[in-house]
Parts: sequence; structure tokens; C-alpha cells
Amino acid sequence: MKPRWRIRLALLAMLTLTTASACGGAEEQAAPGATGGVTITMWTRAATQAQSERLVAAYNKGHKNQVKLTVIPTDNYQPRIAAAAGAGQLPDVFAADVIFVPNYTSQGLFLDITDRVGALPFKDELAPSHMKLGTLDGRTYTVPHTLDLSVWFWNKDLYEKAGLDPEKGPATLKEFAEQARAVDRKLGKDGKVHGTFFGGNCGGCYVFTFWPSVWAAGGQVMDAEGTTSFNDRPPMTDVFEVYRDLYADGVTGPTAKEEQGPTWTGFFPRGEIGVMPMPSTTLGTMPEDMKIGVAPIAGPDGGESTFVGGDSVGVSATSKNADAAWEFLAWTVSDEAQVEVMAKNKDVVARTDLADNKYSAEDPRVVLINSLVAKGQTPYALRFGQTYNDPQGPWLRLAREAVFGDPAKVPQLNTEVTKSLQQ
Amino acid sequence: MSVTLARPRSGPAHRPGPPPAPWWRGRRAQGWWYAMPTALIVSVLFVAPLALVVWMSLHRWPLLGPARFNAPDNYIKIADNPLFLDAVTFTLKYTVLTTILLSGLALGLALLVQERRPGVGFFRTAFFLPGAVGFAAAALLFYGMLNNDFGPIDPILQTLGITDEPVKWIGTPDMALFSTIGLVLWRFAGFNMLILLTGLQAIPAEVYEAARTDGASRLQIFTRITLPLLRPTIALMLILSVTGSLLAFDQFFVFTNGGPDNSTVSMVMVVYRDAFFRFDLGGAAALSVVLLVALVLLNVLQMRVLRGRGR
Repeated sequence: MKPRWRIRLALLAMLTLTTASACGGAEEQAAPGATGGVTITMWTRAATQAQSERLVAAYNKGHKNQVKLTVIPTDNYQPRIAAAAGAGQLPDVFAADVIFVPNYTSQGLFLDITDRVGALPFKDELAPSHMKLGTLDGRTYTVPHTLDLSVWFWNKDLYEKAGLDPEKGPATLKEFAEQARAVDRKLGKDGKVHGTFFGGNCGGCYVFTFWPSVWAAGGQVMDAEGTTSFNDRPPMTDVFEVYRDLYADGVTGPTAKEEQGPTWTGFFPRGEIGVMPMPSTTLGTMPEDMKIGVAPIAGPDGGESTFVGGDSVGVSATSKNADAAWEFLAWTVSDEAQVEVMAKNKDVVARTDLADNKYSAEDPRVVLINSLVAKGQTPYALRFGQTYNDPQGPWLRLAREAVFGDPAKVPQLNTEVTKSLQQ
Repeated sequence: MSVTLARPRSGPAHRPGPPPAPWWRGRRAQGWWYAMPTALIVSVLFVAPLALVVWMSLHRWPLLGPARFNAPDNYIKIADNPLFLDAVTFTLKYTVLTTILLSGLALGLALLVQERRPGVGFFRTAFFLPGAVGFAAAALLFYGMLNNDFGPIDPILQTLGITDEPVKWIGTPDMALFSTIGLVLWRFAGFNMLILLTGLQAIPAEVYEAARTDGASRLQIFTRITLPLLRPTIALMLILSVTGSLLAFDQFFVFTNGGPDNSTVSMVMVVYRDAFFRFDLGGAAALSVVLLVALVLLNVLQMRVLRGRGR
């Protein structure tokens, strides 16, 4: 064979290989559903992985259409959504932290499902805070997927050892601090047990665990439009002061200041913390032999509130399987899914009419958590993520100065927070 | 050994010559054909994305929907971005420190394992081995090892009596910076050692022998022979180190997350944040273009200085 022909053949082979590998990728995307129906793709974040997996497993078991779930690490979820949206490669369905939903809807990432939601017989019973944030200009884009409320957990065994009443949790933020100090004083000498803990280098942890104390005291953290921050005034500054004193006195775990978020809920299940704010979704994952009390988060002098967090879910604007995607979403908020999947696993139900159900009645703590949905808040701000969750955002600097640094800088940093909200 | 020479084929003396080849089969075109696969790959993977980034930087570019031309707004607002301006200062500081420490350590390691002695292969492999770990994985490994809650380093140091309490490895700005530099040294010293080793082994042994015969001391041999002859290799290492440090991302994103208090935010982290947290794709593209231009200029300057000295 002449060298020239060899070169031509080599070029042809390279071209064929390149084309074949490109076609291979496209073929994989178009795989039909396992049962002959449609296979829709869904993304969710790791923080609410357990609930999503249970819902998808139950749906796939009883339906012809199938859902293929992909779980993405929570910290990377927002960038992944942004990258996929920019490349036109969003899944058919994706859940999102409810506080990011206004931004996503304003970017046009979700399909308008106003008429489909309107046809549901229980449309008025869907979790109001989630529905509010999923509505833009009177049009509905998402439905509630999971509800995750912030509450105080206390370890009854540690309370007993510390000489506290194990059946009486804190009713005010001041009591919370006193009980944390008592546990730390009695049991914290070896450095393994601590009075309390919080994510001190995690913007999302601060809003989830500190803000309910502000709401419980009758205050607000922002205006209704989510464009002006009130985080430089009481009761927010009072709440900061309580936690500041707890850290300064060594009542919190020593790494609270460095805790970036991924492991902030990991200490309580190990029996190392007396009392601390925790996500309600972790109640079902606690060690079975651990005696845990649950109390609503209170303000400095009383009241009760919670951060109604969790995920909302919608059909992506670029989905080619909108009907199948909606069929799945409608099922996730049905009686069957909410009671037999969510409530059965001690999760908060996404419908107010199902708050009292056969499973929640078995555990008074679940009843308490369900009752808080109506008392809690979900803050609205179009620029929430970049202001409060972003590690480089202005809120984390403010909170860290208030708790660990110089509180005199808080007013100046609060103007930065407002500036970010108004961008 | 036998050698066979091909004989030229004989033919009729006045046979008419072949018709001239078309342009695409000519000798000049052949060069273009050979270069085409590489040119195609470079065009698709570098030129086209670069053009797209420049185009994006001139627009307000939403995640979905049509872009709107807004030049030069994305470039003007860079001056109002305090996080980026702080990141420039921090990245330059990190680059200077890392380059000096990494070069010194790599040179020391290369000199240690330069000569062939029993067991030197083991040490060469051991020094290079961290380079086989993915950088993000290495950053995660350090995060776990140095974590105050579950990392093994603190208990070991305390057991040995070196420290009394857990060290805040990433708890203060200075500690976070030096812990990160420690990670980079661990990960890259072996790789840079390898680069320098190739340069060291290219220096003829006769030069060293001649120097020793002339009575040169070890220091004189190092400063008058090794370093001057190693200059091209050191230049390559410096360019790689400076460019890599200016584009630092993984180590800060995974290990320190930019903290504490935004003290370890690199320039690329700001680009990432603007694109994927703030969804300001046009602004992030403008930052990328500025960073690229600065890098190209710096590399040109570096090449000129290092080449000029080498002549």
C-alpha cells in the first residue's frame, strides 16, 4: 500500500471513530422507558435525597412511566443547574431549594403549570409558603416536593446526666442558652460533649437556624419584596448576641467557627451535643436508641417559629416529556404519596389537609413539626442565593462579624447585603 | 550486515510527463493536510470557545432566552467588583509564595535523587507519587486529614506532644493560605522535581569532572555549572508554576471554600461565582477575557526575560 493511501485511510478511520463516539452519546439519551412507557429524568440535591429516592422508588413500582433520578451534591447543585440551563440540557424535572425558586422562575427555567395545578382537587391545600415562592406574576411554576423545617433537638440522656429535666426542652432562646451551658458545664470537661453547635462558616445554616428566633420575637429579616435587609437591628442583633456569648464561653463545639456546612448536622446523632437547631428531615435518620426531644425554635423571650425550607419541584422549560413529567409531579402530591411515602417515614407532608394522618399521630414530635408549617416562614428574595447562601456573599461576612468578630461592623455590612439583594 | 539499495526504474527516454497534480495534491497542500487534524481540534476545543467567551462578554447573557448586547458594561463593572480586586491581590501573593517555595523544594529533591545510587529509584517514585493523585481528590484528602473534628493529624500531633490543642488549619487567613500551599507543595513538588531531573541529567558528566579537576568546590559547581546549565529547564518550570498558580481553583474551592471571611478567594473562583451562583454569564466571561489577556502578557514577558538571560 502506498504511504499516501495509508495516510488517507488513517484520516478516514479517525473521522469514523469521532463520528461514532459522537453518535453514541446521542443514542444513550434517547433510551426508551424500561416498561415501554416514557422515562423521564429528574435531578435533586443531596440534602433531600432520601425523600426524593423514596418518592421515585414508589412511583416507579406502580407506574408504566419511569423516573430516572440523579442526586447531586448540595453545594454543587446551583452551579449544575446553571450549567445545564446554559447548555439547554436540563432534566425533565428538577427539584430546587425552595428559596432559589423565585430566581429560577424569573430566569424562565420552569414550565408554566398554572392550569395543571389548578385542576388538582387539593390545589388550595398545597404548602402555602412553597406555593407562594413558586408563583411569579400570578402564574404557577412549581409544587412542593419536600418540607424541611428547622427545630431544636435536645438529647434527653445528656439532659438527665446534666441534671436537667429530660422532658422539658427550651421555650425561649435564653432557656436554650442556659440548658446548653448546663450540659457543657456538667459533661463537657473531657472535650467530647458540648452544649450546642451551629454552622459558623455557612451562610445557609445561619438563615435556617437563627432567623426563626427573629420571627418568633415578632421581627423580620427583610422587607416583603426581599430587597432591603433588616439584619442590623433587634431582634436579629439580640439573637446574634446569644450565640456570640455561647461561642465565646466555649459552650459550642470548638469547630463551630470553621464549620462550612457539610457536617454541621453530624455531631448531634453521635450524642455529643446537648441541644441545637436541626433540620426536621433528620428526625427519621437519628439512631433508634437515642432519646430526642423536639421543640419549636423560640425568640429570646419566647414565641415560636421555623424556617419552612425544603424543595419545590417543577417541569423544566426545555422538557420534551412535559405530560409524563407532570403526571409524576401530580402523583408526588397525591394522598397516596404524601401519606404512604412521606408521612410513613416521619417526613413533613406537603399538604395542610394531611397534617393529621395515621402515621403522624404515632409520634407527637411529628405532630408538632407538622403544626409548625403554618407558623413558620420562607423568606422571599429574588437574589437570595447570591446574598445569603454564597460563601463569598455579603451575609456570611455579616453573620461571622456579628458572632465571632466585631459587631460594630454589622450596620456597614448590612448595607452590602441590601445592595446585593437589589442587584 | 547487508545493505540493499533500490534501483531506479528505467523507462523510455521521451515518455510524456504526468499531468500536473491539482493544488490539493501538491507538495504545499500536503503540509496543510498534515496540520489539519490538529488545526481542527484546536479550532473546536480552543478557538471556538474563546470566540464564544469574547462574544458573551459583550452581552447580557441569561441562562435561557436571547442575549442582549451591552458592551462595554461587563468590562466597566469589573472595577466595581471588590471581591475580584481582592482576589487579584491574593492570587498574586499566593503565586509568588508558591512559586518560590515549590521551585526551591523541587530543586532540593531533584539534587537529592540526581545521582544513580542504590535505592534512589524508590525515592524518585515516592516523591513523584502524590502527582498521580487528582488535584481535587488531593484537596479533599487534605480537608479530611486536617479536619479538626475527624482528621487524624491533630490527634497525632497532640499524642506526640507537639501541640496542646487542635490546630486551626483553615481557621485563620494565614493558616488557610499556608495549609493550601502545603497541599500544593505535596502534590506538585515531585512533578517539578521530575522536570528538573531531566534538565540535570542532560548536563554532561565531563563538565562536572573538569570542574572537579580544576578544584571547584561543591558550591561553585552548583552556582557556576548546575544552575546556568539548568536555566532553560527552570524557565519551563517557572512558567508552568506561575500559570498554574494564577489559575488556581480546585485547592481553594474544595479545601478552604474561599474562607475564612473571603481571605482565600482566587481570581478563577470569582469567575465561577459570577457565572454559576450569580448567573451573570456575561460578567463572568468579561472577567475570563481580562484574566486571559493578563496571562498571555505575563507569559510573553516571562519568556522574554528568561530567554534573554539564557542567551
